[in-house]
Amino acid sequence: MIPATFDYVRPSTLGEAAAALAEAGEDAKVLAGGQSLLPLLRLRLAYPSVLVDLGRVAELRGIEDRGDRLHIGAMTTHDEVVNSPLVNEHCPLLARATATVADPAIRHRGTFGGSLSHADPAGDLPSVALALDAEFRLASAAGERTVPAADFFADYLTTALEPDEILTGVSVPKLGPDWGCHYEKFHRTAQAWAIVGVAAAVRHSGGAVVEARIALTNMGATPVRAHAVESALAGVPLNGSGAGVREAALRADEGTNPPSDADAGADYRRHLAKVLTRRAVIAATSG
Amino acid sequence: MTELIERPAPEIGKARRRREDARLVTGRTRWTDNIQLPGMLHVAFLRSPMAHARILRVDVSAARELPGVVAAFTGADLGPEQGSLPCAWPVSEDVVIPAHPPVAVEEVRYVGEAVACVVATDRYRAADALEAIEVDYEPLDPVLDMEAALAPGSPGVRAGQSNKAFTWVFSQGEVDAAFAGAPVLIERTYVQQRLIPSAMEPRAVVCDRLGEDYTLHSATQIPHILRVMLALTTGIPEHRLRVIAPDVGGGFGSKLQVTAEEVVCLLLAKRLNRPVKWTESRSEGNLTVHHGRDQLQRISLAAESDGRIRGLKVDLLADMGAYLMLVTPGVPLLGAFMFPGIYKMAAYDFRCTGVFTTKMPTDAYRGAGRPEATFAIERVMDELAHELGIDPLEVRRRNWIEREEFPYTSVAGLVYDSGDYGAATDRATELLGYAALRAEQAERRARRDPVQLGIGISTYTEMCGLAPSRVLGSLAYGAGGWEHASVRMLPTGKVEVVTGSSPHGQGHETAWSQIVADTLGVPFEDVTVLHGDTAISPRGLDTYGSRSLTVGGIALLQACGRVREKAKSVAAHLLEADPGDVDFENGLFRVRGTDAVRSIQEIALAVFTAHNLPDGFEPRLDADATFDPENFSFPHGTHLCAVEVDTETGMSRIRSYVAVDDVGNVVNPLIVEGQVHGGIAQGIGQALFEEARYDEEGNLLTSTLADYLIPSAADLPDFVTERTQTPATSNPLGVKGVGEAGTIASTPAVVNAIVDALRPYGVHDVRMPCTPERVWRALEESR
Ligand SMILES: Cc1cc2nc3c(=O)[nH]c(=O)nc-3n(C[C@H](O)[C@H](O)[C@H](O)COP(=O)(O)OP(=O)(O)OC[C@H]3O[C@@H](n4cnc5c(N)ncnc54)[C@H](O)[C@@H]3O)c2cc1C
Repeated sequence: MIPATFDYVRPSTLGEAAAALAEAGEDAKVLAGGQSLLPLLRLRLAYPSVLVDLGRVAELRGIEDRGDRLHIGAMTTHDEVVNSPLVNEHCPLLARATATVADPAIRHRGTFGGSLSHADPAGDLPSVALALDAEFRLASAAGERTVPAADFFADYLTTALEPDEILTGVSVPKLGPDWGCHYEKFHRTAQAWAIVGVAAAVRHSGGAVVEARIALTNMGATPVRAHAVESALAGVPLNGSGAGVREAALRADEGTNPPSDADAGADYRRHLAKVLTRRAVIAATSG
Repeated sequence: MTELIERPAPEIGKARRRREDARLVTGRTRWTDNIQLPGMLHVAFLRSPMAHARILRVDVSAARELPGVVAAFTGADLGPEQGSLPCAWPVSEDVVIPAHPPVAVEEVRYVGEAVACVVATDRYRAADALEAIEVDYEPLDPVLDMEAALAPGSPGVRAGQSNKAFTWVFSQGEVDAAFAGAPVLIERTYVQQRLIPSAMEPRAVVCDRLGEDYTLHSATQIPHILRVMLALTTGIPEHRLRVIAPDVGGGFGSKLQVTAEEVVCLLLAKRLNRPVKWTESRSEGNLTVHHGRDQLQRISLAAESDGRIRGLKVDLLADMGAYLMLVTPGVPLLGAFMFPGIYKMAAYDFRCTGVFTTKMPTDAYRGAGRPEATFAIERVMDELAHELGIDPLEVRRRNWIEREEFPYTSVAGLVYDSGDYGAATDRATELLGYAALRAEQAERRARRDPVQLGIGISTYTEMCGLAPSRVLGSLAYGAGGWEHASVRMLPTGKVEVVTGSSPHGQGHETAWSQIVADTLGVPFEDVTVLHGDTAISPRGLDTYGSRSLTVGGIALLQACGRVREKAKSVAAHLLEADPGDVDFENGLFRVRGTDAVRSIQEIALAVFTAHNLPDGFEPRLDADATFDPENFSFPHGTHLCAVEVDTETGMSRIRSYVAVDDVGNVVNPLIVEGQVHGGIAQGIGQALFEEARYDEEGNLLTSTLADYLIPSAADLPDFVTERTQTPATSNPLGVKGVGEAGTIASTPAVVNAIVDALRPYGVHDVRMPCTPERVWRALEESR
C-alpha cells in the first residue's frame, strides 16, 4: 500500500462522524471496510485529505427487526449479513447475493453500506437493494433523510450521498413465505466481479407468478430494474413448458445500456441478461 | 561394540511433509522485503505511461527538494555506468541484441519502462516524489502486432531498423516429400496468448555496501548467474559482490532474470553508500515482471489415411517484446525440439522468427517453450483424429513410440531415454472412466442438451533437467548446465549440505535431506541444507527448467558417496580391517562377517580429533561434486479431463481431471504431488483465465489481479493424480524433472475438451483463454 498522505479520524458516534465530515469538507472520505476505497488509495486513483473511519461507530452496525421491515446498519459486514438468521428468514435474496461477494476474507471486512455507497455497477448488492425497493437512511450534521433505492443510484460510482453525508443504514421489506428468490451471478472466477447478475424475487401461488421483482447487475452505469420482465411475468404459469418464463426473460435487456469493456461486449451482456433472468426466475420459483 | 540395528525405512520415496513450509507459509522468514538494514533507504521508479516515445526532457529537480528525498536520478544521470541489461542467449548469427539501459535514456519502448528513480527515507515519500517528476515525451508509433510488425513499412520499435530479432531454423528428413501427396493434411494456426507469471512473492531487492564490497539480496531464482552477469555488466568485480537469494516465494521463471531494478539498486548503493531497498507492488509487477508465452504458431501435419504421421512443419512468430532479456530468444528454441512430442515421424521442419514489439519483454515462464509446443501438437492430433473420424486416443496410439523402442531418437534429434506411454494412457482412461463419458457425451449430443460434454486428451513428454553443458553450448546459450553440491560432516555427526541449486518453493531442504539420510545413514533431522548465498554456496547454476533434482540432486548423491568412501577408509583403519572388507549400511561400517562396527558419527568425531587416522589422511570428511548430465530428462504422461460447456452462456466447467505422470523414480511423492497440482492449475490458468492484454495504444489492461484472472482453489476441480514409474536411465537416481510437467500437459487437455464438446456445433477451435464470451462468439459465428 503506497497511498498519498491523508489525515485520519476515528469517531465513536454518528454525531462525531458527521461533524468530522462537515468540518473536513469536499475532500474527505468515509472509510468503511476499505475493500474498495483502499485499492483506490493504493493505486493513487483517489487523494482524500481526511479519512473518517466508521469502524468504531457501534450504532451503525447490526440488523434489527422493525415490524414488516428489516433495518441493516451500514457498517454491518457482508459476513454478518450472510449469517444473520433475520436476513435468511425474511430477506434470503440479500443473504444469497451477499454470499457471492468476493471471498471470505473480503466479506469479513467489506460492509453492506460500503458496497451501496460505492455503487460499483458490477457490485452485487445495489441491484438487490433496487429489486427490494430498499430505503436508504442518510445522515449529516444538518440532519437526516430517507432516499428510495430508485433515487439512490445516480450514475457510475455516484449516489444521492452528498459529500458530507453518511449512509447510516438501509431498510428492506420482509418478504413472506409465498416469495421465492434467487441471485444469479455470472462471473469467470470465484473471486471475480459479476459480468452480469440478476436479482430475482418472485411471489407465486397456484403454479403461477403473482408478482416479480427483478433487477440487473452490470447492465448499465447503475443497477437496472427489469420492469418489462416483471410485467410480462405477471400471471405466467410456472409448470408446463416454461415458455412463459422464457418469453418474459427475453425482455431482460429492454431499457438497459450495458457497457462494452475488457470483461465482455455489450451484445454478450444483453444475451446473458436474458439467459440469466430466465434461470433466476426458474430457480426462484422451484423448490 | 555390538548393536542390533533395525533397518530404518528408506527416506527416499517417503511422503515427508516439507520441513521448510512452517516458516514459509507463516511469513516469519527471510523474505527480501522483511530485511531491514540500519539507515536503509527506499527506491521507487517512475515508469513510462507511453508504449513508445522519445524522451525530450526528464526533470527530477522538484522531486529532489521534497522532504525525505535523498536523491533522484534520470537515465542520463546514471549514464554509462548503468550498462546494458544482458541477454545470455544469442540464438543465431543474425540475432539483434539492442542496447537495454536499465533506466531509459533516449526512448521508452513499453508501458512500465523506468524513466527515473527516487531514493527516499521511506517508500511513501519515494512514491510521493515520483509525482513531482516532469517528463516530456514525443509520442512514437506503438508496434503491437507481430505480423504487422514484420510487414514492409511497419513503424519500427527502433527507427530505421527491422522488427525482426532473429530467425532460427531446423530441418530433419525429407519434409517436402512427406507433404507431397500426403492423403491427409492438417494446417492450423494457434495463438499462445501473453501471460504474466504471478509468483506469490513480489520481486524485491535490498542492496548493501560495505567499503568496496556489495551484498545484493534479491527475490531471484538465480543468485549465481545473477552475480556473474552483474559483475560483467556493472563493472563491480565478481569477488566484491555477494548475491543472496533469501527465501523466495515462487518464480515460475519470472525470477530467472537480471532486472533493471537489481542493477539500479546496486548502483544506488554504490553512489549513495547507503543500503537501499525496492519492493514492487502487484500492479508494478504485472507491468514489468517479464511476461511469458506470446507466440503465433502455424503448424502443418501430413499423415497417411490411417492416421500415421508423415511429417510436421512449424512456423512460429515469437513476441520478444521491446528488448531481449536474459534468455528471451531462447525460449521458443526450447520448444523447437518438442513439437514432435511422443510421436514417430520421418520429417520435421521448424522455423522461428523473433519479433520486437513495444511491449514488456517476454522470457521464461513455467515450461518455457515446451507448453507451447505440446499445445500445438496435441491440438493438431485431435484435429487429425476428427478429420479421420478416429478416436483421438487411437490416433495417438498409432503414432507414439512403443515402450520397447526406447532409447529412441526423435525426429528433432533428442534421445528419449525411457517411457511407457501406453501404460500411462491405459491407467488414465481407466481412472477417468473414458468409455462411460463417451457414452454420456453421445447421449447429450443426441438430445441437444444445452450443456455439452467434452473429453480432452493430452499425451505429452517434455525435455527438462537443463541441461548437458555441451548441448547448451551448441545452442549458443551463455552458460553451462552442471550443478554443484558439497557435504560437510560436522564433529557431532550432523551434516551440512550446500547446494548450488536455488529453491524458491520447490522443497529442496526436505528432498535433499532425504537423499543425504539414505546415502549417509544419518537421521533426516540431522541434515541441514544451505543455499542461495554466493558466499556460502559459491558454485551453482540455480533452479529452473526442472533441473534441481535431476542435476543438483545427483551432484549431492555423488558428494555423499565421496564422504562415505573417505569415512570408510577411516573406519577400516580404526577397525584394523581392509577397506575392502568393510560394508556400509544404515550409517554403520561393519567388518564383513564380524560384529566390529563404527557409526558414521563416530568416524566424524574421530576425523575431527584427528588423533588416529590412516597415514596421509587429510582430516576432513567433507566432499563436493559437480554433475553435468549427459542427457535431458524426459518425463511423460497422459492427462485427461472432462469439461462441461454451457452452450447458452459459453461457460466451461472442468468436471473431472485425471493426470497419470511418469517422472521416473520419486524421492518425495508429496512434493511431486504438489508440483503436479500447481502445474495443472497454472496450465488451466492459460486455458481458461489468463491473458495479458494491451490496448491499441499499448497500455496494459491487466495490471491488477482483478483484471488478470488467475484461478484459485475454488475454480478448480479435484485432481486425480497417479504415477507410472519408468526410471530415467540417464542418472543414478532414475529421476526425471516434475516442475513443469503439469503446466505443459494441462493446457491442451482442457482446450481439447472444450473443442470436443463444441464439434457438433461446427466449432473446431477456440482461442485461449477460452472465456465464456469467446466460446459464445464461436458458437454464434457457426450457428
Ligand atoms: C478482490 C475483491 C473482490 C470483490 N468482489 C466483489 C463482488 O464480487 N461483488 C461485490 O459486490 N463487491 C465486491 N467487492 C467489493 C466489496 O464488496 C467491498 O466491500 C465494497 O465494495 C465496499 O465496501 P467497504 O465496506 O469495503 O467500503 P469502503 O471501501 O470502505 O468504501 C467504499 C466507498 O464507499 C464510501 N462509503 C463507505 N461507507 C459509507 C457510508 N456508510 N456512508 C457514506 N459513504 C460510505 C467510501 O467513502 C468509499 O468511497 C470486492 C472487493 C475486492 C477487494
